[in-house]
Amino acid sequence: MEPVFDSKAAPKAAVFSPMVPEIFRVEKYRKETHDTYTLELRPTSGTGEYRFKAGQFNMLYKFGVGEAAISISGDPSLPNPLIHTIRAVGAVTKAMSKLKVGDMIGVRGPFGSCWPVQEAVGNDVLIIAGGIGLAPLRPVIYQVLAERRKYGKVFLFYGTRTPEDLLYRAELEKWRARFDIEVLVTVDRASSDWHGNVGVVTTLLKKVAIDPDDTVAMICGPEIMMRFVAMDLIRKDLGLDRIYVSMERNMKCGIGLCGHCQYGPTFICKDGPVFAYDHVIELLARREI
Amino acid sequence: METLEPILAAHPFFKGMPLEELKLLVGCASNVKFDVGQFISREGSETSEFFIIRQGKVALELFSPTHGAITVETLDAGDVMGWEWLLSPYRTIFDAKAVELTRCIRFDGKCLRGKLEEDHDLGYEMLKRFVKIIVERLSATRLQLLDIYGTRV
Repeated sequence: MEPVFDSKAAPKAAVFSPMVPEIFRVEKYRKETHDTYTLELRPTSGTGEYRFKAGQFNMLYKFGVGEAAISISGDPSLPNPLIHTIRAVGAVTKAMSKLKVGDMIGVRGPFGSCWPVQEAVGNDVLIIAGGIGLAPLRPVIYQVLAERRKYGKVFLFYGTRTPEDLLYRAELEKWRARFDIEVLVTVDRASSDWHGNVGVVTTLLKKVAIDPDDTVAMICGPEIMMRFVAMDLIRKDLGLDRIYVSMERNMKCGIGLCGHCQYGPTFICKDGPVFAYDHVIELLARREI
Repeated sequence: METLEPILAAHPFFKGMPLEELKLLVGCASNVKFDVGQFISREGSETSEFFIIRQGKVALELFSPTHGAITVETLDAGDVMGWEWLLSPYRTIFDAKAVELTRCIRFDGKCLRGKLEEDHDLGYEMLKRFVKIIVERLSATRLQLLDIYGTRV
């Protein structure tokens, strides 16, 4: 399977200059967890035609504060409104958490490589998310479920810190009710009133048998979690070129010019954020980068 | 009458174990069932048993006077529960509570220790299987301790 590296293949955005933000209006604001919220954005001008691929990100600009790279978490087939789920962790994302319906925000993008959704056709699909990592993978779930017959078995493994940190609870319940996707959720810790799984996300992997010749895994979450998950998948004989991860670094320009997100010989914003594991396994072991 | 050998052979813990060895182990095994909310073992209590879970879910809990019962891990079908039977002083470290109707094969640790002392090859084989599980759990616990999902705001 060819790794997906082709940021040039990304669909053309309504934003023609990659460095000039287009103005979007906050149409909906939804609090997901104590520190995470979802913005639904509509362009204030232009054709409103905005396309993206699962795994790509936008640079969101909170005027007067700054930009942050945020993965797109909506359905690629329904790109308007544009949906971003954001965790309030830095100055920009905390300021964005105070946005209200009707407020304006700048958008540049979409940027970066995408998950191998088309390349995975005919294979079993493992979608493995940790914490906010479910947001960049949600577009994959939408796409795979929209064309469910094209894929083999589909699994969603999702781990968070506590039950209160679970994203998209209503959708998780809806997906779990389907017979064509197996949804396994775990939390790192819980009180005794939680009747689901407790343990790290890697503990879920042992619950399923994997056919290494016909499986593609897409992983998104904290880097350590992705390494542990990848290690477990490798132990199950899954090839490095069948494991995909979404990397995160401090992205600024979004087009591979400024060098902020340089990662060894690659730029996360341009060559990533989605990488086949064989392209990053050596880099992940290097502390200095 | 149905014996436990085929059930053990089908369980991941015993995968690949020769039938002769399974037959030896079966002499120490029995079928057990736990209802929802039933404690299978209590922290600090003497134990001389371990379980392979066939169905259901078990929560390993620690009780704190300030936080109540905290679930540190759940185990379900395919998992093995309990390794305290291997080492003195044979006391359990966690409360184990069935959170679903749970069916297990229970092994009498005292009986098993006797057999493993007599047959060191089997003892070594069993120990290897337990060490694998302990390493997996240790690895998962380390990851859990890192609290990788970030800090609260």
